[in-house]
Amino acid sequence: MSIDRRQFLKIAGISSLLGIGATAASATHNVWIKGIEPPQVEPGKEALTAEHWAMVVDMSKFKTEEDIKKAVSACHTTHNVPDFGNIKDEIKWIWKEKYESAFPDQENPYMEEKIKEMPFIVLCNHCENPACVRVCPTQATFKRKQDGIVMMDMHRCIGCRFCMAACPYGARSFNYRDPRPFIKNENKEYPTRTKGVVEKCTFCTERLAVGKIPACVEAAPKGGLIFGDLADRNSEIRKIVETRYTIRRKAELGTGPSVYYLIGGNEHA
Amino acid sequence: MKLYDGGKILIGLVIFIAFAAFPFYFNIGKVNAKPEPKLDTPVILQMPEQERKCVEPKAFMRTEHMQLLNNWRDSVVRDGYRQYVSEASGKHFNMSLQNECMRCHANKKKFCDECHNYMAVKPYCWDCHIAPKEDDRS
Repeated sequence: MSIDRRQFLKIAGISSLLGIGATAASATHNVWIKGIEPPQVEPGKEALTAEHWAMVVDMSKFKTEEDIKKAVSACHTTHNVPDFGNIKDEIKWIWKEKYESAFPDQENPYMEEKIKEMPFIVLCNHCENPACVRVCPTQATFKRKQDGIVMMDMHRCIGCRFCMAACPYGARSFNYRDPRPFIKNENKEYPTRTKGVVEKCTFCTERLAVGKIPACVEAAPKGGLIFGDLADRNSEIRKIVETRYTIRRKAELGTGPSVYYLIGGNEHA
Repeated sequence: MKLYDGGKILIGLVIFIAFAAFPFYFNIGKVNAKPEPKLDTPVILQMPEQERKCVEPKAFMRTEHMQLLNNWRDSVVRDGYRQYVSEASGKHFNMSLQNECMRCHANKKKFCDECHNYMAVKPYCWDCHIAPKEDDRS
């Protein structure tokens, strides 16, 4: 028996309708393929939330290099940052920098010696318009919509290092070697990284999620690092940025860094 | 029909078959041993009988745990949601392989590796996540 054109179209029409129905039915069963969304997941009760997390570094509070070291080592031990012992492979989330390297645009040959020689504490600026996010081919690094933190998804990082080339602050480090053997005291509650991924400061998202402030802020001298919501008019950080003169690193590049530096300190303010 | 050099050919065939079949008789009884993931960690044993339940039902976890973990990761890293509400029991769980799953299943070798080795899958979880310390008594 052969079918004519009319019969063929009928059968084709009915079977495609059935096909659409079948995919719709199976979609409800495959909720796991699509991912989970609220109310299946929650942020957690104690979580600290903000619209725009930002930091102010009050340089007057960092009197010695020891003060900076405290903040750095608090961060690096919490996040299992390895110490390879050589500057070529170095991995850093937060570190000490000279004025001329931190603020090359603010150069001035007759600047106060004291400021020129001050050790600055620098970290990822969690930019409003992050260059690293723009170049990442896998969206392994991305800007969190809810609070503006520039995050890393280590599972997705393919180690292309475009982000390192794009970041004007040198805030990203690449794992040229397996970091595991070079971590002195493993924090068992935080993962390490593997060879071939880029890492950087995450503003301690894992600590914010359980109601703690970032590790560096906790370890720094009181008031040295001020962390808060820049979008909140009543927050301490917003008041400081509004009432006192602060500078940001390479702001002219248009990245919109979220880390502000109070340099004059108390005596000039 | 006559088979020339029959003896040599037959001996050769026997040797060939013995070689070719080596993997089969060498592994008799070994490979067929079913993987038996152990659930006897101290933390699990301390729980009262009725509360000894995973995040979701056992059958679901057995077939979909990779998908669940994948979604957990996306949820935690990308969306910032860290609490999971179980579909089965309504209980809350911290979405963390290292801190939540392994809190009960502290026996990675007897729990994770048991099946993964059998299936010859090599998930790269432990390249970064730190596995719990295990004593080698088992």
